[in-house]
Amino acid sequence: MMDALVPGKPDGMGRERETIESAVVRFAGDSGDGMQITGGQFTLATALSGNDLATFPDFPAEIRAPIGTTFGVSSFQINFGARVVRTAGDQLDVLVAMNPAALIVNLADVKPGALIIVDENAFTVRDIAKAGYAENPLDNGSLDAYRVLRLPITDYTMTAVKSVEGAEVSNKESVRAKNMWALGLILWLFEREKAAVVDWIATKFAKLPDIARINTAALDAGYIYGDVTEMAPEIHPYRVPPAAIPPGIYRNISGSEAVSWGLVAGAHLARLKLAFCSYPITPATNMLHLLTKLGKEFNVTTFQAEDEIAAACAAIGASYAGELGVTGSSGPGVALKTEAIGLAAATELPLVIVNAQRGGPSTGLPTKTEQSDLYQSVWGRNGDTPLVVVASRSPGDCFDTAIEACRLAVKYMTPVILLTDGYLSNASEPWHIPDFSTYEPFPASHAIPADFKPYNRDPETLARPWVVPGTPGGVHRIGGIERKDGSGEISYDADNHQIMTDHRKNKIDGIARDIPDQEVALGPVSGRLAVVGWGSTYGPVNRAVDALIEQGIEASHIHIRHLWPLPRNLGQLLAGFDNILVPEMNTGQLATLLRSEYQCELKSQPKVSGRPFRVSEIVDAARELVEG
Amino acid sequence: MNLQTKLGAKDYASDQEVRWCPGCGDYAILRAVQKTLADNGADPANTVFFSGIGCASRFPYYMETYGFHTIHGRGAAFATGAKLANPDLDAWLVAGDGDSLAIGGNHLLHVLRRNVDIVYLLFNNEIYGLTKGQTSPASRLGTRSPTTPAGSRDEPVRAARFALGASATFVARAVDVQKDLSDILKRAHAHKGTGFVEILQNCIVFNDGVYDKLSNKKLAPDNTLKLVHGEPMIWGAERDKGLVFDIATMSPKAVSLGEGGVDASQLLVHDEHNLTLANMLATLDSIPGMPSPLGVLYSREAETFEARTRMDRAETASVEQKIGQLLNSGHTWAVA
Ligand SMILES: Cc1ncc(C[n+]2csc(CCOP(=O)(O)OP(=O)(O)O)c2C)c(N)n1
Ligand code: SF4
Ligand SMILES: [Mg+2]
Repeated sequence: MMDALVPGKPDGMGRERETIESAVVRFAGDSGDGMQITGGQFTLATALSGNDLATFPDFPAEIRAPIGTTFGVSSFQINFGARVVRTAGDQLDVLVAMNPAALIVNLADVKPGALIIVDENAFTVRDIAKAGYAENPLDNGSLDAYRVLRLPITDYTMTAVKSVEGAEVSNKESVRAKNMWALGLILWLFEREKAAVVDWIATKFAKLPDIARINTAALDAGYIYGDVTEMAPEIHPYRVPPAAIPPGIYRNISGSEAVSWGLVAGAHLARLKLAFCSYPITPATNMLHLLTKLGKEFNVTTFQAEDEIAAACAAIGASYAGELGVTGSSGPGVALKTEAIGLAAATELPLVIVNAQRGGPSTGLPTKTEQSDLYQSVWGRNGDTPLVVVASRSPGDCFDTAIEACRLAVKYMTPVILLTDGYLSNASEPWHIPDFSTYEPFPASHAIPADFKPYNRDPETLARPWVVPGTPGGVHRIGGIERKDGSGEISYDADNHQIMTDHRKNKIDGIARDIPDQEVALGPVSGRLAVVGWGSTYGPVNRAVDALIEQGIEASHIHIRHLWPLPRNLGQLLAGFDNILVPEMNTGQLATLLRSEYQCELKSQPKVSGRPFRVSEIVDAARELVEG
Repeated sequence: MNLQTKLGAKDYASDQEVRWCPGCGDYAILRAVQKTLADNGADPANTVFFSGIGCASRFPYYMETYGFHTIHGRGAAFATGAKLANPDLDAWLVAGDGDSLAIGGNHLLHVLRRNVDIVYLLFNNEIYGLTKGQTSPASRLGTRSPTTPAGSRDEPVRAARFALGASATFVARAVDVQKDLSDILKRAHAHKGTGFVEILQNCIVFNDGVYDKLSNKKLAPDNTLKLVHGEPMIWGAERDKGLVFDIATMSPKAVSLGEGGVDASQLLVHDEHNLTLANMLATLDSIPGMPSPLGVLYSREAETFEARTRMDRAETASVEQKIGQLLNSGHTWAVA
């Protein structure tokens, strides 16, 4: 079989493979060109070949943007290596550009000398102009700084399709297989197995066997083309050896999957059913899709509400009735839920709110990533309304943070905001599958305590008892009007309001005792420089600190998961560093939070371009800070 | 459930002091609801009253059942979520006209089309009571209020017609002081799905008398049409007025009965299951000279939200195993 590669052997033309430690590849094309699928399949093949990897899908807000336009460009980037990979990569080693628009939009990210593969069939006069080029960039020397492989990919694809005997497919369907041709070529370029992709095509098009056959033919053709065609000497195949990763069973997981499954796991560990109530919004929608698929075998109910407000209210209603109510959304939707979240805090009912952040304000950048809802999460409510905020740092980490959000919501009878973002939702990484049977359950109780009063508190957690309607002997009323300490009856009494406000604050503050102390992810626990991050900047910050250490600069990485309440030792920990750099994808929200909590001096590094940090940006800022 | 002794209406009253203005129509409704629960032998532990915000929405505090006073306009969404978690709860919702038709219009629409099995009591006083008397979406044209000193100019929403437009499966109208209010409430409660009842309620402070014609013992007979399924539609102190459908104008018409008038056999007969008729009745009193129909305008059987979403709890051990399988699903690979 063609795809039975023998590692260490040259390719079909006897070319030696150049061994490299890692590579960054971006597939870019029109929204309709299937770049996300191409990237996803390359990711799978890469994971199976034992590399560590990280991905960055980036697509336009429009579902069907006009063909050939720059704003219709969709791309998928993957960084993979023989070492630990923590980011999707700063600069591209390979760009696959399926049309002129994809080239013009992505060229700035390509390393000088890097390989650019283009479908020259797509460089028509019309599409060149549409992309904004005055003349054909393939012919005017503008790409001389790169290695360019220009191939008539569309023609080659058509030829491959025609070779499939008896396939009844339209011209359009044939052309669409060109992404598989390109994928085949890249699989050859990096010595990847085709088998998993072939399986995937067979499953995906099980009901359309002809489509499956032509796509497989295109994939094969692209692969063979690479393997047996003579090319300019500077274009040759690579080998990226497997990475040394901890042993175990792995799979690829996206943040959307991990957070959804984490919620299911969290509800299960609480021995509750999960009521996931939501309203579609990018980039949170996937959670609703994924959880709807799971259904009753997993004790999951999903509810597509009429709006975000109703989604939050229904989730609270479900918690009131004794299950775990969760609502998922993005910033604008969370803004709508705010009043309801206040009611959950006032009535002290468990509620998890997942905010897959996106660029703001308002509709902002729906498909781009940002972490600018930290203020909204920690402070964004009327009244003194404290709640818990946790943030996920990587796609896989969403699983554990979702469980943590469920645990705290149930144990402390409080709303918990779980922050993810557009990048985390869509990106995927190899995930060391945990042994779920080792997770400690935290069963919720609806039992009526002795001397039951709805607002009596557990002396340790300060949580009130969760007695639910349907329970004999527990009849009581709750609501948004201030409740009397203990009885929960309506109370407009001034002293009581002070007492209840204090209770609510002390309860949330006290959670700091129940969360892990802040660890240092990398580097010494005190010293010259701490780079402090939260959320999805984990990858770039970690690599940047790695790089700084390699460059001989003493540096540490602190990554905060529990953003409210903050870990008890955080203030002291920060005090042990001469310099603190806080890179974040907003205008400095964590920086403000840390300054207000610890009065510490720190340097904020804000970035709101809708894209993740580059490692080099953080390294540069850190060097400037410590070297002045 | 096993109540040792049957509870009386008073047993459904909580120990909280009722804080509506003296003379407010809400008192009569509270009594009727308590009587309904008593007559039904309702289990207080399985009964929940949800509400939004407004004078009407204080209702749950006064009931010796579970209760959840939520936020303005959204009571229906909370009730829906609770029924998602526990479909067996006996849930009621109390909401004002502002709560239901202004800020919460969206949720009313959707709770009806989902046919969530609750009783929805819309207390319509055609005014915002709690915020001191501004016009509501139900206020009649010309209503003077602090926000409409020259009289309101926006067309009022007709709650019953709105409900029918939202595919409600049960729509009734009643007056707060109506003696047989409890009978209508029982019908709404017995209905499988959303039992929507618009209760015309007098706000003695900010909109006093808007329903005098319907509640005043002398005026009511000539101004209300009591709907009885299968009976011809007749009203009037002398029971001398009847309703026919005039084909020429495609509209309802009042006729006189008896000598020189129309024979009762020619009158429209009320049919609760006829949507066309219900739509006509829902706006009947917007025609000058026509009575306000009271009683059940419409009912039909339909699948409930609970029937669609009910989910038995899967065994812990089996869920545990399923989650393990889920995590290991798709393409996996071993790193040695
Ligand atoms: C979000 C929000 N907006 C506004 C209010 C103020 N508010 C309270 S009740 C109400 C209107 C009440 O009118 P209605 O629903 O008809 O009830 P009624 O008091 O007449 O029984 C308003 C505007 C509020 N509590 N919450
Ligand atoms: S303001 Fe009107 S509706 Fe409110 S309690 Fe007083 S009378 Fe009743
Ligand atoms: Mg009102």
